[in-house]
Amino acid sequence: MIGVNLMLKWKSILLHLGLIAGLIMSIFPFYWLLVMATRTTSEIYSFPPKLWFGPHLFDNIARVLSSIDFFGAFWNTLFVASACTLLVLFFDSLAGFTFAKFNFPGKKWLFVLLLATMMVPAQLSLVPSFVIMAEFGWVGTYKALIIPGMVNAFGIFWIRQYAQESVPSELLDAGKIDGCGFFRLYWNISLPILRPALSFLAAFTFIGVWNDYLWPLIILNDENKFTLQVALSSLNGIYTTDYSMVIAGTLLAVIPLIVMFLFISKQFISDIAAGAIKS
Amino acid sequence: MKNSMLNHPAPPEQKAVPSHPRPKHRLTSEIWKHRKEYLAISPFFIVFAIFGLFPIAFSMFLSFQKWDGIGEMTFNGLNNYQFMLTDPEFWKAVGNTLLIWVYSTIPMLFFALIIAFLLNAAFVRFRTFFRIGYFLPNVTSLVAVAIVFGTLFSNNYGLLNYVLSLFGIPSVEWLNKTWGIQLAVSVMVIWRWVGYNAIIYLAGLQSIPSVLYEAAKIDGASGIQAFFKITIPNLRPIILFTVITSTIGGMQVFTEPQVLVGNDGGVSGGGLTIVLYLYREAFVHNYFGYGAAVGWGMFVLIALFSILNWRMVQGKPSND
Repeated sequence: MIGVNLMLKWKSILLHLGLIAGLIMSIFPFYWLLVMATRTTSEIYSFPPKLWFGPHLFDNIARVLSSIDFFGAFWNTLFVASACTLLVLFFDSLAGFTFAKFNFPGKKWLFVLLLATMMVPAQLSLVPSFVIMAEFGWVGTYKALIIPGMVNAFGIFWIRQYAQESVPSELLDAGKIDGCGFFRLYWNISLPILRPALSFLAAFTFIGVWNDYLWPLIILNDENKFTLQVALSSLNGIYTTDYSMVIAGTLLAVIPLIVMFLFISKQFISDIAAGAIKS
Repeated sequence: MKNSMLNHPAPPEQKAVPSHPRPKHRLTSEIWKHRKEYLAISPFFIVFAIFGLFPIAFSMFLSFQKWDGIGEMTFNGLNNYQFMLTDPEFWKAVGNTLLIWVYSTIPMLFFALIIAFLLNAAFVRFRTFFRIGYFLPNVTSLVAVAIVFGTLFSNNYGLLNYVLSLFGIPSVEWLNKTWGIQLAVSVMVIWRWVGYNAIIYLAGLQSIPSVLYEAAKIDGASGIQAFFKITIPNLRPIILFTVITSTIGGMQVFTEPQVLVGNDGGVSGGGLTIVLYLYREAFVHNYFGYGAAVGWGMFVLIALFSILNWRMVQGKPSND
């Protein structure tokens, strides 16, 4: 009996050691980013490298703020990501709710069509999409970033699954008897029930738009309109000699999203897994 | 009800509605009755038609044109496709993309599976904490990741070269070498996606009913037998899901090499992936028609690989 317990104990220790080793790999680049952001450029490239924090964080940040309009880029990104997220929440939940709770001719085919669109890779039509934006006169504007992303198949699918399970049809029938129209059935009765599914969709959309790079890089041509990722990339391309400043900029760009993620992480991660299992 | 609908020759859909306030047709009246539902789902289909479907059709047209995006468009038949298929740079980009995909996907899914097993063990403490830590790379922006890993793989004074020097190994100019760039890009992909896939595998493992394992134990099955006879077959659809998502993702690698070594994929061109090649040809050199053709080339490639993957992962259970 003692032998078995001892073996279990060793097994547990080994297992935790393995997990911790993996965790260190996962976290180390963040630590390294922090260390470099507190060092001068020559210290970053010194041999042996400095593995502990230095005193230069604030002058590095000050140089970031004087070389690019960091807060401008931050607000731009916040604006685009929030606008996209709000629109996605509204249109996806409206459509997902409708697919889940109503019957109408052609519903099944329309839903299959919707799922099929998820298979089409966006890069296929990178050039024609840009040309269309040019025709609309949207190049260089946030419309080009927000409008095509304001509704998506994944979110509709996600909300539909959730609504099917959690919005009782009896409740909708009762609402109808009380004289609720279609929109009130959605807005007043169902939306509050859909809140958990909506909060995941919001976080998922927000993170995706915040980190988006290729499309904003193509669309945005005015420095004042750059999103954080484009601004960061141009900072990295221009200031090759002042690397500690580039690193400090990277740190500033990464922090907001990580802080946000830490607040929602537990639920968000379970939802990611649930979404994958369902599809 | 359904049959009667099918018997009608499909009438034009919503267009007919406004002109018939009191439609005689049964289907049109059904559609009119449900106009609010159609309205509610219409935004997706409208947005997809304009920004999804139309660009695809348009890119077909564009791929037969010679156009710099500003001047006159001239028809040049299959020249774009011919150029693509004979351009060594294109094939290099295809090769690079496939190599990076292999280097990254196999270790990534392997480590993810191991982490999922470890996390699934009954006696793990702080499971939530580990899950968050492993998932964190996935929400970090690729541009930031590429900048940080650029310093790890730096040619002269990078951290990696320092570690090598501890073992007496001379410095490697990672970012000047084809394999060095591909390794750096693959490491970034692995780092960013291991946690994501582990979380998905973990959910898959937890969804296997424990009754199955108990029954196997009673029947005298060993742990290894249970692994191959219960765990793997039950996990197969989820493995397929992760393989397909990694294939689609792997074919579209762009930000990592673009930020790490620039629009040409580095001195050796080792980081020139298909999307980077497309981006460079279309938006740096302004060959718009050609860029559209490359888009189609990429589409064919993704389709081929998705089918191949499907076959590989799905083909086996038919033998069981």
